[in-house]
Amino acid sequence: MEGYKLNHLAELEAESIFVMREVAAQFENPCLLFSGGKDSIVMAHLAKKAFAPARIPFPFLHIDTGHNFDETIAFRDELIAELGVTLDVGSVQKSIDEGKVQEEKGYNASRNKLQTNTLLEAIENGKYDAALGGGRRDEEKARAKERFFSHRDEFGQWDPKNQRPELWNIFNGKKHMGEHFRVFPISNWTEMDVWQYIYQENIKLPSLYYTHEREVFERDGVWLAKMDFMNLKPSEEVITKRVRCRTIGDVTCTGLTLSEANSLEDIIQEIAATRVTERGGRADDKRSEAAMEDRKKEGYF
Amino acid sequence: MGKEKGYLDMQLMRFTTAGSVDDGKSTLIGRLLYDSKAIFEDQMEAIETASKRKGEEDVNLALLTDGLRAEREQGITIDVAYRYFATPKRKFIIADTPGHVQYTRNMVTGASTANAAVILIDARNGVIEQTRRHSYIANLLQIPHIVVCVNKMDLVDFSEERYNTIVADYKTNISDKIGIKDARFVPISAKMGDNVVEKSEKTPWYNGPTFLDLMETIEIKNDVDFENKRFPVQYVIRPMRDEFHDYRGYAGRVAGGVFENGDKVKILPSGLETTIKSIDSYNKKLEKAFPPESVTLTLDQEIDISRGDMIVGAENPPRQEQEVQMMVCWFNERNLVPRGKYALKHTSNDSRCIITEVVNKVDVNTLEKITDDLTVGLNDIAHIKVKSAKPLFVDSYEKNRQTGSVILIDEGTNETVAAGMII
Repeated sequence: MEGYKLNHLAELEAESIFVMREVAAQFENPCLLFSGGKDSIVMAHLAKKAFAPARIPFPFLHIDTGHNFDETIAFRDELIAELGVTLDVGSVQKSIDEGKVQEEKGYNASRNKLQTNTLLEAIENGKYDAALGGGRRDEEKARAKERFFSHRDEFGQWDPKNQRPELWNIFNGKKHMGEHFRVFPISNWTEMDVWQYIYQENIKLPSLYYTHEREVFERDGVWLAKMDFMNLKPSEEVITKRVRCRTIGDVTCTGLTLSEANSLEDIIQEIAATRVTERGGRADDKRSEAAMEDRKKEGYF
Repeated sequence: MGKEKGYLDMQLMRFTTAGSVDDGKSTLIGRLLYDSKAIFEDQMEAIETASKRKGEEDVNLALLTDGLRAEREQGITIDVAYRYFATPKRKFIIADTPGHVQYTRNMVTGASTANAAVILIDARNGVIEQTRRHSYIANLLQIPHIVVCVNKMDLVDFSEERYNTIVADYKTNISDKIGIKDARFVPISAKMGDNVVEKSEKTPWYNGPTFLDLMETIEIKNDVDFENKRFPVQYVIRPMRDEFHDYRGYAGRVAGGVFENGDKVKILPSGLETTIKSIDSYNKKLEKAFPPESVTLTLDQEIDISRGDMIVGAENPPRQEQEVQMMVCWFNERNLVPRGKYALKHTSNDSRCIITEVVNKVDVNTLEKITDDLTVGLNDIAHIKVKSAKPLFVDSYEKNRQTGSVILIDEGTNETVAAGMII
């Protein structure tokens, strides 16, 4: 049969849309985890496509560490309004204020790990039985073992050694009361696929992804943004550089790339030539060889 | 956008690799990833450090795919790991599965979506029991193409004779015996790189493509059924807004055939016939939809259709069966319970079933049928009969991997206990 072949982006899109529709059909009260980063923006775009002309049939959940770039929040609010979905926010600051978690101390203090507690609480409060996330298997070695439908016990824990086999495109979302699922529709996408898709679909991104001038400082070979809540060592010097974000997460652990890329074409070229993974700039993953696996077992996204 | 345009035009190919620790599987994957720049400097640094700490001389590329702490500690692969790399022609998804006999379930899982299976043979040992097991499973799961890499050719002095003996042995004792339709062979040395990406000067007698050439050029678009129209309804879209007041769209993924505007279709289980009014994809109206596209169909008449129903070609519908025969691979520590009840999932349909009979078991090493011991436990492969609580709309797995597959679920634990391929 001539002509009936999709290119890789179309095939990945078809797979992701299928998974999102499965979630809407199999769960009573799912939500979409939205961080404001490019992966969750792509997820929002896929969800829009999956259910058109109806609206996206689930709310978005943002776990807000309080350590954000201002642009992220503004972008989030605009997108939410455009899509006409409800936004639910879990606040790490609130968890700290209520004494549920302790702020980390020292120079490398980060709220990344604290998010887990807030996330699990938000899932419980919202009575969500599935949380869609933009995690990808190419990001990190523990993530390479994830299922599309990833089961969490009543404590939100992941048991990587005892996962349900996942075959063809039949997804088993059956669970007991109190348990929930994390679902990863873009599991099979790579960083390059995400950027190519953003280019192909002309998806709007926060300006942080493009080159801009910013006050930065260097720590352990990684450029970090100077913000009021960052603890600087006396030896660390703040300078102004032209940078862009390759990923967007909590500011305290999001490394910036020195870059002049100011279009999607430039970014794709830059990524094609780069020799470091996108999480290479993420201090949260550098804590130990199994940092991600350990966090995920506790219920991290 | 010259270069990027090229990237946007790639085909997606999924393949599975099976093998044990020492047959060079990790080395082959490591080489493909490294040569195609899918391994980055920080990943390489991390595994160099880890290898050194463990006192290993060479960089252990297996650490790249063994993502879990327990796997790294024990030096074994427990679970399927997915790896990605791309060449200018194709984007590849590798399902890397452990090859030990006790991990049949992982091999089956990795094989279920693959276009091709890569099987490694150590040139010194030739065809062994494990080769037979991997080939059988690849064929059972109907992987359309099998690529046999005769590896470690450097250790047999790149002997043409040795290679030919192994190929002949494989053809007679495996391909012909289990009915593999498309098997291809490449002599390689994963460690030295011969015939992996670059053509080797040490095998002047070999005129075929290198391993990567082969993976880039195997024709995969005909691997699905374009003849028989199958559209399992996944979700009903009703916008509930004024501008789309009467809109009822049936969302799903085409599982077989090509659907066109105006096509006469039949709805199962009602048996009612109608025509396709439109094929919607977000803000576009399509003329046609084919596998594996996710689209939304609207129909001419208002018919009661819900998830689990199937929209099919009026002239060639699937079989409608309540008693179904299938080959199963058992995944659970708890044995199959004869006359036991299980939840069953088939396309978007949910049902319950009773296992009415275990016909036989297959010894995956000798490929012989066992009828005297019908206990089906973890990693066993068996021919069974089930009775479903409601009719299923099935094709044989051989004809269609989507409408021919089911999973069985333990109703107490909710675990997926078996994968079934309908006969």
